[in-house]
Amino acid sequence: MDTIISPLFDVTRIRQDFPILSTKVHGKPLTFLDSGASAQKPRAVIEAMTRSMETAYANVHRGAYHLSEAATESYEAARIATQRFLGATEPEEIVFTSNSTAAINFVAHSYGRGVLQPGQFVLTSEMEHHANMVPWQMLRDANIGIGLRYVRVTERGELDLEDLAAKLADGKVGLVALTHMSNVLGTVTPAAQIARMAHEAGAKVLFDGSQAAVHRHVDVTAIDADFYVFTAHKLYGPTGIGVLYGKRKLLDAMPPFLGGGDMIESVTLERTTYAAAPARFEAGTPPIIEAVGLHAAIDYVTNIGMGAIEAHERALVDHAMAVLPGVEGLTLLGGAQDRGGVFAFALDGVHPHDLSTFLDRHGIAVRAGRHCAEPLHTRFGVEGGTTRASFGLYTTPEEIDLLAAKLTEARRFFA
Amino acid sequence: MSETGDIADLYSMTLRDLARDPAHKGRPEAFDATARGDNPMCGDRVDIYVTLDGDRIREARHVARGCEICQASASLLAELVPGRTQAEAHALGQRAGEIAKSGAGNDTTDELHRLSIFAVVHKFPSRVKCVTLAWNALDAALSGVKETSSE
Ligand SMILES: Cc1ncc(COP(=O)(O)O)c(C=O)c1O
Repeated sequence: MDTIISPLFDVTRIRQDFPILSTKVHGKPLTFLDSGASAQKPRAVIEAMTRSMETAYANVHRGAYHLSEAATESYEAARIATQRFLGATEPEEIVFTSNSTAAINFVAHSYGRGVLQPGQFVLTSEMEHHANMVPWQMLRDANIGIGLRYVRVTERGELDLEDLAAKLADGKVGLVALTHMSNVLGTVTPAAQIARMAHEAGAKVLFDGSQAAVHRHVDVTAIDADFYVFTAHKLYGPTGIGVLYGKRKLLDAMPPFLGGGDMIESVTLERTTYAAAPARFEAGTPPIIEAVGLHAAIDYVTNIGMGAIEAHERALVDHAMAVLPGVEGLTLLGGAQDRGGVFAFALDGVHPHDLSTFLDRHGIAVRAGRHCAEPLHTRFGVEGGTTRASFGLYTTPEEIDLLAAKLTEARRFFA
Repeated sequence: MSETGDIADLYSMTLRDLARDPAHKGRPEAFDATARGDNPMCGDRVDIYVTLDGDRIREARHVARGCEICQASASLLAELVPGRTQAEAHALGQRAGEIAKSGAGNDTTDELHRLSIFAVVHKFPSRVKCVTLAWNALDAALSGVKETSSE
């Protein structure tokens, strides 16, 4: 297959935006197939962050002087860019956290302990990243009467929607917390349908968009999500900043989680009144430079167009589906109808670690292990882990071909 | 050997033979101590079973679900520790870890020479824990702990 070259999406030109993609690993050109864990950064992000430190840096919200005002302005501009990126109604619905994990833990604490009632349940699934599982287990184990249920995953690696309906049926679920795209199976879940089902059963719904927001155009209003989280570092942005979207009326009713500076209205020795959302949830000095980086990343992907990125990645998925199953001894995990560019697989006779070391020596970066989704690996009977290749907007069909060729070679090497 | 460590050096015939050798594999019918080593991030798991003669190890066996390095290390452990005191076995495990981390492995004694197959691992830093898992499990078994990890 030829590299897809369209006027809308020129992958060769896009690759030039990412300095790291022209580096070599062990003397081989880098083939980076671990974007699902963290994506590489375009020059636009790197330069925006540098520029902010060189020309417009001070602490935010605290100083009545030029630099602090400039930094505050760019921090709040990032909030507006994020609001638009997610299709949220107001910038106040965007809370900056440190990553997806922090965003979900925050909801588990603030909404879970502050709003959910004893006797209610949280409903998550078997295919979650630990970030969307462990916080709910901790809530369940806090002895405040909140239970936990799991939606089953089908053999094809899709959410079992009948099971979802059954587990919502008694009306006791207060919050549904599900992934919008699996970081192992690549499965994209039907978010709008899930939200409708949750709402009909009287539950609110949170989506873990850590993977989905990178590969698809997400509109939280169209989905009717109550909460939506993602993490900047997978969206070609910096580490250290994540996003929680929450509907305004939900955020307004939620108690703060961390106490400190920046989240208060007034403090006396006796009592404190808290600022309105989102400031109430952003205690302490926020990720100021990272917000600038996130803003640049959002601008970068929206300039290319989420639609164009999605089309490119769809072609990559089709290509991978045509090539990978042809590798002898390879078994893909799951096979969902609607999937993105994440492929976890087993290669007969080759342990994932040995395979990833082998591939690394050919410049190919993949991930081996259980990808923070141990229950899912147990579900599919691969407790020992899998190897995972995941794509980004800079991935090419030739890289997938190279992977397939080296998998065949690895099988011979380890035979 | 290349600067960054050649794949063929890591997977030497000695290492691969050890990984596949069934001689020390399998859960014995009777044993005096056992422990499980789990590396939760990657899913590797090694169960070590030992029988003792007082302070001395009579036999060691393993059941390993893991990569070739992990399996080879568990097999070498089972080959080397019989006849040693618990303190000697622990010291041997420390040495295996040091060799994997630093690449130092020019010992002349026979059994330490066997451990030198792990010297190349220091060029593959993410794999050091594959060498140490079985030895950590042995330490745990000998000190009466049930579970351990090398992550
Ligand atoms: C689906 C999913 N959820 C949550 C996370 C956690 O993201 P972070 O580590 O940035 O909090 C990840 C990434 O590791 C992920 O893939």
